Amino acid sequence: MKIALTINNVKKEVEISPSEFLLDVLRRLDYMSVKKGCDTGTCGVCTVLMDGKPVLSCSVLAASADGHEITTIEGLSEDPEFKAISNALLEEGADQCGFCSPGLILNVYAMKKELKNPSEEDMKKYLVGNLCRCTGYVPQMRAIKKYFEVKA
Amino acid sequence: MIEIKEYYRAKSVEEAYEKLMNVEGAEIIGSGAFMRLSSRKINLAIDLQEAGLNYVKIENNEIRIGGATTLGEIEKNEIIKESFNGELVKALQAIWSVQLRNIATIGGTVFPRLGFSDLITVLLALNTDIVLYNNGRMPLEVFLEEKIRKDIIVELIIKKENRKLSFQYMRNSFYDFSILNAAVSVDENKDFRIAIGARPGVASLAKKAMGYLKENDDIEEGAKIAAEEMTYGSNIKGSKEYREMIAPVLVRRGLEEVLK
Repeated sequence: MKIALTINNVKKEVEISPSEFLLDVLRRLDYMSVKKGCDTGTCGVCTVLMDGKPVLSCSVLAASADGHEITTIEGLSEDPEFKAISNALLEEGADQCGFCSPGLILNVYAMKKELKNPSEEDMKKYLVGNLCRCTGYVPQMRAIKKYFEVKA
Repeated sequence: MIEIKEYYRAKSVEEAYEKLMNVEGAEIIGSGAFMRLSSRKINLAIDLQEAGLNYVKIENNEIRIGGATTLGEIEKNEIIKESFNGELVKALQAIWSVQLRNIATIGGTVFPRLGFSDLITVLLALNTDIVLYNNGRMPLEVFLEEKIRKDIIVELIIKKENRKLSFQYMRNSFYDFSILNAAVSVDENKDFRIAIGARPGVASLAKKAMGYLKENDDIEEGAKIAAEEMTYGSNIKGSKEYREMIAPVLVRRGLEEVLK
């Protein structure tokens, strides 16, 4: 079946199978920042924004994304907020293997738009679905707190 | 592996129901969340996102939530935020992750009557009715006992009343399923509602304890009665014995909180 997706502001007609999930379609279209991790809706590395809201692309049927706007970090490369988040992560050494970074960055990006003056506890609850196997989350939290304190 | 032959976006609940009944192997797709964990063949997947079941509103002192509304939309809604001392929002925010709540719908959560559901436990502890397209309006507790397999959740209706709510759970970490959960609520007439779920079966009401607490003030005893009138089982998350031990504690904590 054919679906219409707007990916990073570019309109696309995509031929999909009704059984396919958005994650696999995006990777097939070469959006390689969207990682495949647990593939069961747990780890958060496949996070993309759908109509501006963070979702797990491994758990969204591609057919149900028909007509929606999808944003991956490829689409944010010129965005000052994206640069501020990634710089903060780099400065704090929170980018060990980098596998979880795209999903985390997109969720932090969405959190900044949604929460006003969140506490550390609020941040942790918002980011609970972004797992990282390398670090133990300490440098990430340091970076994210710093990012929230300074204006992008 | 999930195998879907055909995907259909219904424009109304009537149309969705007609397809559900007349196409063999047709199923309503809540959202797709957790679907890839199962292995099944669906001839026609019916999507409700354009069927007009996406809303949260108040009518006649009742909160009405459309069946296709996502948990994320519900938790961000102002009506929900100010209801039940903000406890309903807190309970919603304890469900899995932001990313999943932006996909999962309330109908898709309630209809399968999943044992691990935290939301069903909380809804049960409030005065919640469910409206099905074909079977009509009924209390949530009745729906949970009925064997309705082919129907569509049009909306959930929560009575907007002055009721204090507390949601308690035991988990290995915040980001996990509950090993056991309990929700307690009470109004100014000492009308208690106590639900215990993830036992690991679907939540049910502790009616004996609710009756006892209407006449008595001993919450320790009330919690014990509630825990004892339930049946428990073992699964990968925890043993029957463990659940039996923690059930009265969770209920007591819930009671203490709503009576504070």
